[in-house]
Amino acid sequence: MTTKPEMTASEIASAVAGRKMSALDATEAALARITQHDAILNSFTDVTADRARAKARAIDADIAAGKTVGPLAGVPFAVKNLFDIAGLATRAGSKINRDLAPAKRDATLIERMDAAGAVLVGALNMGEYAYDFTGENVHDGPSRNPHDTTRMSGGSSGGSGSAVGGALVPIALGSDTNGSIRVPSSFCGIFGLKPTYGRLSRARSFPFVASLDHLGPFARSATDLALAYDAMQGPDADDAACTTTRGLEPTTPLLANPVSDLRIAIAGGYFQQNLFPEAVEAVSRVAKALGATRVVDVPEAARARAAAYVITTTEGASLHLDRLRKRPNDFDPAVRDRLIAGAMVPAPLVDRAQKFRRWYRAQLAEIFKSVDVLIAPATPCTAPKLGQVNFNLGGVELPVRANIGIHTQPISFIGLPVVAVPVPLEPLPIGVQIIAAPWREDIALRVAYALEKMGVAAAPSPKGF
Amino acid sequence: MAEPLDDYIDAVTKALALPVEEAWRSSIRANLEVSLRLGRLVDEFALPDETEPAPVFTV
Repeated sequence: MTTKPEMTASEIASAVAGRKMSALDATEAALARITQHDAILNSFTDVTADRARAKARAIDADIAAGKTVGPLAGVPFAVKNLFDIAGLATRAGSKINRDLAPAKRDATLIERMDAAGAVLVGALNMGEYAYDFTGENVHDGPSRNPHDTTRMSGGSSGGSGSAVGGALVPIALGSDTNGSIRVPSSFCGIFGLKPTYGRLSRARSFPFVASLDHLGPFARSATDLALAYDAMQGPDADDAACTTTRGLEPTTPLLANPVSDLRIAIAGGYFQQNLFPEAVEAVSRVAKALGATRVVDVPEAARARAAAYVITTTEGASLHLDRLRKRPNDFDPAVRDRLIAGAMVPAPLVDRAQKFRRWYRAQLAEIFKSVDVLIAPATPCTAPKLGQVNFNLGGVELPVRANIGIHTQPISFIGLPVVAVPVPLEPLPIGVQIIAAPWREDIALRVAYALEKMGVAAAPSPKGF
Repeated sequence: MAEPLDDYIDAVTKALALPVEEAWRSSIRANLEVSLRLGRLVDEFALPDETEPAPVFTV
C-alpha cells in the first residue's frame, strides 16, 4: 500500500496495524514530504529523522512479533518547539533558549503519543515565546500558510498549523494561551482542540502564562483530533494544574453519537461584532447545519478579553524578567517591548483581572445550564498577508497582531474546551469555535465530527505550494 | 517632549533594573498605554469584596 499525502492518522494506524503499510513507510513518506515542501512552508525547525526511523522500525518489529500496538501506531506527528524533545534545546521560538542544555526527557504529551505508537518526526516553528498570533518569527522566518504562502499561518503555533494544513504530518501538537491553537487552525483550515484548562499535562513544555496555558492537538479530521486527545489524557504530578479529579474520559467511542439532542446556541453580542464577511458566513453555515437559531449573549466578553490581555502581559513579563535584563537585544524587539511594558502594569490591575475571571466564569456556568454548545468565530478574518500591520475592523483601522485573537481570548480566559472547525470557504478557509462546558470535550468533538460528516467542516487540500 | 507616562516608565525601569534604551521608549509606552487602557476596563467593573481570584479552573 502506498501512502497518500492526505492520509489521516486513523487511516495510517489502521493500515499499519493491519500490515497493509509499514510504520517505516509511513514515516519515510512524511519525511519525504517535509523535505519536498518545507523549504517553502518553513513549518519545521528540527527534523528528528533518526529517532523517527528507529521508532517506526520498533513498531514494525512489534507487529511482526504479533504484539498489540497502540491506536496511533506508525502515525507521524510533530510538536511546537516549546515541547521538550530529549536531545534538543527547547527554543520556544526564541534565540535565547537555543543556549539551553538539551532536554533530558520528552514532554509528557510526547511520551503519551509515543506510547500510543505515534512517531515524532520533528519540532515546529512558532512565534517567539508564544507571544504571537501571526506565525511570524524574526529568528526562524515565518511559517507560511499552505493555502497561500504569501499569507500568515497564524500564531503562535504557526508551524503546527502550517505542517498539518500542508499535509506534511496528520497530527501536530501546539499550545494555546489566548488562541494559539484556534487561530492557526482557522487560518490553515484544520481542526484544533484546546481542551479544558488542566485537562492535558503541560509538563516539560516551555511556559508562557501559567494561569492560561493549555496544550492540545491539531489534525485534518475530527476523528484524528479525538484519537490524539484520547491518547494524551491522564493525570500528571509534574503539572500542578493538571486535573487529578477527572479520570480518563475517551471521546473516540462517542464521536458518532447524534447531535440532535444537544442544545446549541450562537454566541451573540461581542462575538457578532468586528467580523469580516467570511467569518460571518462561516458561523452562519455552521449554525444552519446544526439547526441553531438561539442567540445567547455572553456578558462582559470585551472585559474578559481585556482581563486576559492584562494577565498575559504581566505573567509573561514576570516569566521573562531576568532575560529582559540580561539579553534584551536577543528578543524580537516587538516581543521585548510588549514584555517590558507588561512589567510596568500595576499589580492591583492584575489581581482584579484574576478576580474578574471568577465572576465571568460564573456567568458562563449559568449559560451552560441551558446550553450544551456555543458557536463563535475563531478569527475575525481569513489569513492576512505576511507582514500585514493593520486591517479595517468594524470600520476602524486596527493593528492586526493584537486583534486576531479577540474572539478566542474571552473563551480560553476561563479555560472552556473548544474545537476549532475549518469551514472551507474560497479562496481561503476560516475556523469556527465549537465551545462546550468545562470537561465536555466529548461534546465539542461530537459536533465537529457531525459537521465534518455533513460536509460543512473540512480540511481543504493545500494548494499554495 | 516628554509624554505623560515617561516619568512612570523611568521610575519602574529603575525599580526593576530593566535596561530600557531610549529607542525602545515609544514602543514600550504605546504597549503600556494599551495595557493600562484595558486594565482600566477591568478596574471599572465592580466586584464584591469576597471575590476570589481564579487562576486555576477546577469546576
